[in-house]
Amino acid sequence: MSNPVQPYNLVLRVAAKMLIPLILMFAFYVQFHGETGPGGGFQAGVIFAAAFILYALVFGMETARAVAPAPLLRVLASSGVLLYAGVGLASLLAGGNFLDYNVLAEDPIKGQHLGIFLVELGVGITVSSVMIIIFYAFAERGVRP
Amino acid sequence: MILLVFLSITVLAIIQLRDLFAVVMLFGIYSFLAAALFVTLDAVDVAFTEATVGAGIASFLMLGTLALTVRREKARPARALLPLLVVGVVGATLIYGTLDMPHFSDPQAPAHLNVAPHYLESTQDEIGIPNVVTAVLASYRGYDTLGEVIVIFTAGLGVLALLGYRKRGKKH
Repeated sequence: MSNPVQPYNLVLRVAAKMLIPLILMFAFYVQFHGETGPGGGFQAGVIFAAAFILYALVFGMETARAVAPAPLLRVLASSGVLLYAGVGLASLLAGGNFLDYNVLAEDPIKGQHLGIFLVELGVGITVSSVMIIIFYAFAERGVRP
Repeated sequence: MILLVFLSITVLAIIQLRDLFAVVMLFGIYSFLAAALFVTLDAVDVAFTEATVGAGIASFLMLGTLALTVRREKARPARALLPLLVVGVVGATLIYGTLDMPHFSDPQAPAHLNVAPHYLESTQDEIGIPNVVTAVLASYRGYDTLGEVIVIFTAGLGVLALLGYRKRGKKH
C-alpha cells in the first residue's frame, strides 16, 4: 500500500496535486471556523491527516517522511495535549479554575474566545499527528521484504 | 426512515459478505448513511465527525489492517446457537430498556431539563460564539474534551507500542 506510484501514472499525480491544497485549506477552515460553523479541532485534524495520507499514497512513503518525519509527529502529538493542558494551567495561574478561560484576558468573553481557540488548536494538532502516526505504523508494516 | 432502511440493508450485506474488502467499503457507506441520519436530526457536528472519522480514516485504517492480514473471512461454524441466544437476550433487554426512555423530541425529557437550557440561553452572553456545540465542547465541558484528546494520544501511543516503527537501517 505504500508503493510509490509509477511515474507514468500522471493523472493520479496531477489530480492529487490539485486536491491536496484544497483539502488542507478546508481543514484549516474547519479548524478556525469551528466557533461559527460545524466542525472543530477533531474534524479538522482528521481532514488534515486525510490530505496527508493521500499525499503519502500517491507520492510514496519516502516523500511523505521527508515532509513530516516521524519524530516530529511524535513531538507534535504530545505538544497538542500539552497545549490543551497548558491552557488549563494558565487559567489556574491567572487565578481561575482549571480550564476556566474567563481569566485569560481582561474581558471574560475575549478570554473564552482565546481559550477555545487554543484548546481547539491543541485538539487539531494532536488528532492530525496521531492519525498520521497510526497511518505510518500500518503502512510500514505493510511493506514486507 | 428511508435512511434507516438503507442502514439495515447495509448491515445485512455486511453480515452476509465474506470478502472483507467489500465489507470495509460497506462500513464506509454505513458511516455516510449514519452521517446523513445525524444531519436530518440537526446534529451537524456529529454528522461531520461521523463522515470524516467513520467514513474516511476508519475505512482507510481497516484497509491497512487487511493489507497486514488476509482478505477473506474464515468459514463460520455451521451452528451458532449459543451466540444467537446471547445476542437475542441482550437485544431484547436493550429494547425493553428503551421502553422507559422519553419519546423522541419530548421537551420534558431529562436531557432537555438539566443543563441544556442554560447552555442554549447563556452561551451568547458567557462565551459569545454562535456555535453552541463548540462552546459546550471546548468550554463548558473542557475537562471531558481534554480527556478525549488524551484518549486519542494514548491510542497513538498504543499503536506505536504494538506495531512500532521499523528500524530504518534494517531495510536494506
